[in-house]
Amino acid sequence: MNKISRPGVGVSRRGFMIGIAGMTFAIAAGEPRVGSAAIEAPDRAGTPFNPWVSIAPSGAISIMAPATEMGQGSLTSLPLILADELDADWSKVVIVPAPPIGKIYGNPSMFGAMLTAHSLSVQGYFTPLRTFGAQVRAVLLDNVARHWNVPSAELSTEPSVVVHAKSGRRIGYGDIVAFAEIPAVAPDIKPEALKKPSEFRLIGHDVMRVELPTKVNGSAIYAIDVQVPGMIYGAILRSPVQGGAPDNVDDAAAKALSGVIDVVRLPYGVGVLAQTPWAAFTAKSTLEVTWRRNGKAWGFDSGKGLDAFATDARDLNMPTTVDWYKRGDTAVALARAATTIEAEYRCQYAYHAQMEPLNAVASVSAAGDAAEVWCGTQYPTAAKAASAKALGIPVEKIKLNYTLLGGGYGRRGDYTEEWVVDAVLLAKSAQRPVPVKVMWTREDDVHNGHFRPITANYLRAGLDASGRLIAYDQRVVGDRVLPFENPQFFRAAHGRDYQLMDGVELTYYDIPNQYAGQIPRDTGVRTAPLRGIGDIANKFAAESFLDEVALKRGVDPMQFRLELLKHTPRGLKVLQRVAEMADWGRKLDNTALGCAFIVYNDTLISGVAEVSVDHSTGQIKVHNFWCVVDCGIAVQPDNIIAQFEGGIVYGLSLSLFEEITIRDGAVQQSNFYDYRVMRMYEVPDIHVEVISTDNHPTGVGQMPVPIVAPAVHNAVARLTGVRLRESPMTQERVKKALG
Amino acid sequence: MAISFKVNGGPVSVDAPQDTPLLWVIREQLKLTGTKFGCGAGLCGACVVHIDGKSAFSCQTQVSNVAGKQVTTIEGLSPDSSHPVQKAWLAERVPQCGYCQSGQIMGAADLLTRNPHPTRAEIITHMSGHLCRCGTYLRIMRAIERASRES
Repeated sequence: MNKISRPGVGVSRRGFMIGIAGMTFAIAAGEPRVGSAAIEAPDRAGTPFNPWVSIAPSGAISIMAPATEMGQGSLTSLPLILADELDADWSKVVIVPAPPIGKIYGNPSMFGAMLTAHSLSVQGYFTPLRTFGAQVRAVLLDNVARHWNVPSAELSTEPSVVVHAKSGRRIGYGDIVAFAEIPAVAPDIKPEALKKPSEFRLIGHDVMRVELPTKVNGSAIYAIDVQVPGMIYGAILRSPVQGGAPDNVDDAAAKALSGVIDVVRLPYGVGVLAQTPWAAFTAKSTLEVTWRRNGKAWGFDSGKGLDAFATDARDLNMPTTVDWYKRGDTAVALARAATTIEAEYRCQYAYHAQMEPLNAVASVSAAGDAAEVWCGTQYPTAAKAASAKALGIPVEKIKLNYTLLGGGYGRRGDYTEEWVVDAVLLAKSAQRPVPVKVMWTREDDVHNGHFRPITANYLRAGLDASGRLIAYDQRVVGDRVLPFENPQFFRAAHGRDYQLMDGVELTYYDIPNQYAGQIPRDTGVRTAPLRGIGDIANKFAAESFLDEVALKRGVDPMQFRLELLKHTPRGLKVLQRVAEMADWGRKLDNTALGCAFIVYNDTLISGVAEVSVDHSTGQIKVHNFWCVVDCGIAVQPDNIIAQFEGGIVYGLSLSLFEEITIRDGAVQQSNFYDYRVMRMYEVPDIHVEVISTDNHPTGVGQMPVPIVAPAVHNAVARLTGVRLRESPMTQERVKKALG
Repeated sequence: MAISFKVNGGPVSVDAPQDTPLLWVIREQLKLTGTKFGCGAGLCGACVVHIDGKSAFSCQTQVSNVAGKQVTTIEGLSPDSSHPVQKAWLAERVPQCGYCQSGQIMGAADLLTRNPHPTRAEIITHMSGHLCRCGTYLRIMRAIERASRES
């Protein structure tokens, strides 16, 4: 085994073979147990064939998993993609979470960052992982060819076995390790040499997610579960508004409490160190703090703010300053149109409500020059960088351990990783190197949430004399996301806030003239991508508006979309199938159907909602939701269905209830009693169908969320004749709209 | 003052202020971290344990109130994940992030103890105190029905 002491800076991905592997990995002395299905282990075992794969003499194959696991299944599906091309016996696979080294394990579709977000894990890693697997398989074949003195071309593989059919000889992958020579340069694998979908042994076949057994017996470890000997506890009262700093701090009551160790002033809040969590939380609640009103959002009111956004969106004298999508000449087409239609749609702030409140554990060395951190993050490399920055030490001095996430949905992916910084700063203030576990209460998590932004959409459409939709214009005024949550990515994206604006390009619809543009706004309120990002607000607007256009034309909204999709065959199929499933067009008594279609990062999705409305309470009841998805090759079909079932529930909850309001810059909600999240009794029957095609696999995790609001909204409009035009469609709004 | 009770069949004696929620004693003193902190207000069900065989929010139970009682956590539901509810949970591939699932499983086990063959409506009534932000509710219903059938 070669050893290189530094990571492969400047080494091309294809070039990785050996060497880099030895660098920061602790190669376990013992070998992990191998059972009937792949398992998870903290370290890899055996001979590294490249940074991704090690093979032990027992036949155990360690495969690195580069994405963090928050319930979406990537911990299993990414190694499985590699294992298929390696032709590994899945029962011999040991999945190892990859160490936070972006240059090796970063997602090529995510600016090379090790960031699990945007539903880009399978999409971004699919081809590289297959290539890495194929490279290792090729090296195994070459070694056996040399060992048996036969041409490599005469060899084939069965799961974890190299076979020479001519002589009937067979050798297990583990037995090759003893004589394996690993070339310094990886073999060149041409894309056409990779398996055809018909040859997949693992892709497309459901396996047990590797960590699932630990999630039914309490043994799964999330960051909040980490126990470090000698650990104490921390809690932080943060400024209610981003940028605020503690001014007068009265901590007398806190310090008098039994179990309280210290009260610490931080740049953004006041921290408590205590012997127990309960002492820390209790002490925090007794702090009396006044705040310096630094930062922009003080004085901001979300109701008035969204009104102002909507006014600007409608004001055609106010030009959009960022063009997002242009096809043809919309201004000319609108001017010539025989009929024009216009509408406004609004979307409120919303909270991630991941079930595990933010938390982290840190221990800082006595000299303050190194730290070890345990956290749940979507962005391990940023967690490392943020810890180093907070301590003013080099990033190499941070040992980062990342765990399972008790929900992410975008909340654990911003560049600042503030919950990790909390632990690092309090550990620095503690009697070093005492480890500190800092936990946010649910109230902390709500008050200091980073929200899906408020957005106002103003749309215009033009029909020609024959009724054809010839012009579509979408003006978006929304609170910025990307510049706040990740300024580096904002620069890398050339100043385009895709977290806010995603979903405005209706490339798949046959509309000859289209325009979408943005008028940027920055309220100072904390924002973040939330499962479904800008598509939630923008597709709510676009797909609801298309129903209005269909109504104006006097055509069925499903038929209208089928016409618009005439040049998108995959979309047609997805939409036709959902119409069949829902039996679109049947007569209904007290309910109505509404439909929507979206393409989200190349995943095609159709949805139909069946709703009823209680006029006295304003409550919308969703009875059924049908959904069809084509995400290319379905890597793990049942998991795709699970993600869609969950994503539809998430979307329903956002559409019907969830709303954060801001007064004087501060969040008004606190916990699940005033931030309502969907419960079991409110869940409709959900029917999901996956159409697997041979296209490159695309995202799944957040993709169903934006289909929900327009489908429900359109169903309510068909049933009542009233358009609500605002999400969430709360009982109060429904009652008001129905009069 | 030491408070004595049983956890998963074994005696424990803990030194904690009387008003400390049982949740924090279980998680941070006894290191049984399968029971989760979600809301601290009895609204989400992530902290559900059995006290003398019945579901309870451990975040809303003062440790002094379990003196002399039997507490069962997810770790004590079965020694080897063999409880019918745990088996059904895996068969239906219920968990996603998994954070709420200890509480869900403890809630479901309690339901089936008292009502071995619940209707779907009874399942929904019993389980609606548990939040699952990943939205696994449909699979939870199916898993409870499976456990009811197969136990």
